[in-house]
Amino acid sequence: MDDLNNLLHGFSVAATLPNLGYMLVGILLGVLIGVLPGLGGANGVAILLPLTFSMDPTTAIIMLSCIYWGALFGGAITSILFNIPGEPWSVATTFDGYPMAQRGQAAQALTAAFTSSFVGAVFATLLITFLAPLLARFALRFGPAELFAVQLLTFCSFVGMSREAPVKTLIAMLLGFALAAVGLDDMTGQLRMTFGFTEMLKGFDFLIAVIGLFGMGEILLTMEEGLAFKGQSARISPRVVLQTWWQLLRHWKTFLRSMAIGCWMGITPGGATPASFMSYGVARRMAKNPDDFGKGEMAGVVAPETAAHAAGTAALLPMLTLGIPGSPTAAVLLGGLVIWGLQPGPMLFTEHKDFVWGLIASMYLANIVGLLVVLSTVPFWAAILRIPFAIIAPVIIVTCAIGAYTVHSSMFDVYLMLGFGVLGYLFKKLKYPMAPLVLALVLGDKAEANFRQSMLLSQGHLGIFWSNGLVGSITVLALLMLLWPLLDLAKGWARRREGLAA
Amino acid sequence: MSETDGAEAADQEAAARPGDWQQRWVESLMALLLLGLAGLVIMDSLRLGTGWADDGPRSGYFPFRIGLALAACSAWLLLKQLLVWRRSRGEVFAERGQLRDVAAVLLPTTVYVALIPWLGIYLPSALLIAWFMWRQGRYGWPMLLGLPPAISVFLFLLFERWFVQPLPKGPLEHWLGF
Repeated sequence: MDDLNNLLHGFSVAATLPNLGYMLVGILLGVLIGVLPGLGGANGVAILLPLTFSMDPTTAIIMLSCIYWGALFGGAITSILFNIPGEPWSVATTFDGYPMAQRGQAAQALTAAFTSSFVGAVFATLLITFLAPLLARFALRFGPAELFAVQLLTFCSFVGMSREAPVKTLIAMLLGFALAAVGLDDMTGQLRMTFGFTEMLKGFDFLIAVIGLFGMGEILLTMEEGLAFKGQSARISPRVVLQTWWQLLRHWKTFLRSMAIGCWMGITPGGATPASFMSYGVARRMAKNPDDFGKGEMAGVVAPETAAHAAGTAALLPMLTLGIPGSPTAAVLLGGLVIWGLQPGPMLFTEHKDFVWGLIASMYLANIVGLLVVLSTVPFWAAILRIPFAIIAPVIIVTCAIGAYTVHSSMFDVYLMLGFGVLGYLFKKLKYPMAPLVLALVLGDKAEANFRQSMLLSQGHLGIFWSNGLVGSITVLALLMLLWPLLDLAKGWARRREGLAA
Repeated sequence: MSETDGAEAADQEAAARPGDWQQRWVESLMALLLLGLAGLVIMDSLRLGTGWADDGPRSGYFPFRIGLALAACSAWLLLKQLLVWRRSRGEVFAERGQLRDVAAVLLPTTVYVALIPWLGIYLPSALLIAWFMWRQGRYGWPMLLGLPPAISVFLFLLFERWFVQPLPKGPLEHWLGF
């Protein structure tokens, strides 16, 4: 009951006129970012983060999270109208969304996508409302060993659940940790891996990495693929919306399954992209008409959009309660919180109640605002996409450079951003996942500090990670996740042996 | 997406044409680069001390182990690539034309970034946008002279006036009195 009161209080914090205004601005910027190739949720928020330094933290995080919701909505527009996923998590939406648009049902497809996103997000927000306080209270008892175990679990589940080669996931993660270690060691005051360069003193800021990897890298990739926008136009009338909502009621089972998949993948750091693919796959397997998928089946739009938005929202649950982001964008939001002096984690719920509940309340409001905004502004966004790439591309490059510069007002960061851009292009082409790199860069220092503190407590015995039931089971789960790919390898090997024998 | 997949599969059967980058080379060089980075991490950790001091693990303790694991993983990747070296002959990383497109973005951007410390950010931004519009979009002079400066002025107002975030400025801005 106490939490419900807190939530109501949160609404009074979030629903002030200036906050609602920033919410709208955030949503519009977010949809723009989601529509444009090369700008995504993570780097969009990273670029705009320095601009909010002067704002009140609650207002700033409301606006930044709204950019994220907007980007989640916006990805669907390009997928359905142009067959170009504006975001990685909307790739699965193109499979059935674009065929629907080709058949002249663009409005229905868009309505289905937006509504699914909305339902997924609201469900995940409900989950956060009721689960986050419990989890935070539980996490208050965590010591450094438990925290390290949870961080270990985060990273191991990347290896276990990644769609890329496990070795490459590991490499991306280790590289992130190595980059995070560069600079001043807080515990001993020694300089690490600076090799005499003063610019390296402050280490690598993950915001720069995000802008480079996801922004510049994406532009290079888009250029290589030779992008040309040729698409369907759409206008959504209220009548079509109501008709589509009526049709959507029949897909309630798909909604439920996709929400469950999305929330699970969001809390464990699977993220929105694998969630959308997994949800699409499950929907097709469970459907009575699997052959219709890929030809314009509405369930094929509902499933990935619901899951992606549920995952994107649920990723904030571990971020707020444990200080562990469930996605790169959540990591950027976490970076923002730290800059404003709000240390994410269980203490946030006791020390900054206004902030936490304001944010949660804003998630309900923002998704309602977002749904209305996207439903009414689709033609406008489709028009933006008709601006030639020869103008959009350099503007995005300039935006990335400015974004990188404003983080610390440092020119060195702009060079780094360009370097990370090339790395991002190579990583994407060679199928190295980038999310583990970013998360390791964010959590590296904290994971190391927790590890060293645990080692101090135990006088250097690794046994501390098995010293009680709680930390032991988390550690075992983490190691299981790490060894998961080996299990697959063994299974494949056994199957091949059988094949040879038969 | 499925159309490009089909094209890629066809490419893999055909041998790489001159000017194309082969997948196996890029893959191996990347693994080598990572191996080198791991070497740097390990080297510096050894300097800092990887063991145990009176007050707990020393500065190199954690990075040393990260470096070792990174070295092991990239060595494994390199070895795997070398084992299938002959078989992966035809796999193309990027075709010549694609590489040219990437260079068409990367080189101007590098020049752009290199110019910022000298000329500030606003003038090079306008030049970059104009360059792209001319090379990629074949725009005429009226557009080239109109739009890029307009965008720069908009950026100037946005950052210097509204957000009060000073960005690098060069001789042009100083001459104009900012």
